[in-house]
Amino acid sequence: MSSVRIIPCLDIREGKVVKGVHFENIREAGDPVENAKFYCEENADEIVFLDINATIEGRKTTLDVVKKVAEVVFIPLTVGGGISCVKDIEELLKSGADKISINTAAVKNPSLVSEAVKKFGSQCIVVAIDAKKVTKDSWEVYIESGKTPTGIDVKEWAKKVEELGAGEILLTSIDRDGTNRGYDIELTRKVSENVKIPVIASGGAGNLQHLVDVVKKGKASAVLLASLLHFRKYSILEIKKYLAQNGIEVR
Amino acid sequence: MVGIINYGAGNIFSIYSAIKICGCTPFLIENSKDIKKAGIIVIPGVGAFDDGMNFLIKTGIGEVIKTEIKRGKFFLGICLGLQLLFQKSEEGNLNGLGIFDGIVKKFSFSDISIKVPHMGWNKVKQEKKNILFSNIPDNSYFYFAHSYYADVNRKEIIYGITKHHIEFPSIVIENNIVGVQFHPEKSGKYGLQFLKNFFLTSLK
Repeated sequence: MSSVRIIPCLDIREGKVVKGVHFENIREAGDPVENAKFYCEENADEIVFLDINATIEGRKTTLDVVKKVAEVVFIPLTVGGGISCVKDIEELLKSGADKISINTAAVKNPSLVSEAVKKFGSQCIVVAIDAKKVTKDSWEVYIESGKTPTGIDVKEWAKKVEELGAGEILLTSIDRDGTNRGYDIELTRKVSENVKIPVIASGGAGNLQHLVDVVKKGKASAVLLASLLHFRKYSILEIKKYLAQNGIEVR
Repeated sequence: MVGIINYGAGNIFSIYSAIKICGCTPFLIENSKDIKKAGIIVIPGVGAFDDGMNFLIKTGIGEVIKTEIKRGKFFLGICLGLQLLFQKSEEGNLNGLGIFDGIVKKFSFSDISIKVPHMGWNKVKQEKKNILFSNIPDNSYFYFAHSYYADVNRKEIIYGITKHHIEFPSIVIENNIVGVQFHPEKSGKYGLQFLKNFFLTSLK
């Protein structure tokens, strides 16, 4: 089995790293290339860039950012945010992205996922799911940066995403994102136990035990981290040491 | 000059950058003539088996590769690039290059907790000594992203083994031909070391 991956997530806007709390109140946290190099040296297993630009100019800046990072950082790079067609994917891959994360467009146009998989392979396509709790045992898919409810059940959508050929699911709990209260373990476990493809857990990490729990109880294959890392609360080395002490294989 | 076969789909920027970092000069191979210019040929791991084979057949690159490899030109196949070296794949209908004996099979596990694709960092056990392992400790981690693996007939070409529920060959080597199931260009310092070792050996 492959080791559990620790994946820093860099939200990019106008060429800078930012991170939202509850998808709002954005604060600045530094230069993307420097961040990526720093995390790579700290033994990060992958890096995710979320492009939160609204403008076309901003989008071009992101392509440049990816290119600059891919020239100096030799670990997998995933890019997500505002991807709506095969051409967007192609441009990002040409700029050095290894995987593309699709969220809103996958819900609005599921055939985009199957088309992209056919052209670029499953390993290349990640579907990001933003989930909000409805009842004790059910979650709803939200799109458009977590603003728009879709009425779609998360577990069913995850299954569908797998059928469409996506290689991974990046699962974010909107309720927990930015709260530091820990991952939504139930959500992660319910999705992970229902699909064969790997699930990356995201949203809510506040301490090291949260990470152990989402891997052991939530069955996550990887964890996505932002503020916990950006504000240097823990280093990746500290995180990996703690996971290893708890019997979780890390690189 | 290190020639990278460019199928026109997917990410070849990483392998291009990695070759540069290793001190070599990469260029893209778009047609069969370009291959002659390459001192070393690299097939990156991109897309599906039939798409890859279609490209190699349509452009005539496949036949030229086979001739050049027989003449002793150094060849590195990454991920799908390794799989194309074999006779057939469960992923497609077309025949592979058939340079190695064996069939490419899909990971298929009844236990849903064994995830497919095999995605992430996993250990490569070095089965035999080889110069390509210089400065790389045994059981180092490399980055994998695949759903298919080569079921190799001639075990003597297996130099690296990785376990994802079952053991599969992650490195095959025969003389000037090298195939790796992981992505050395995405495997941090040991990945780059592997590429450097390969280029140094090829240039000797």
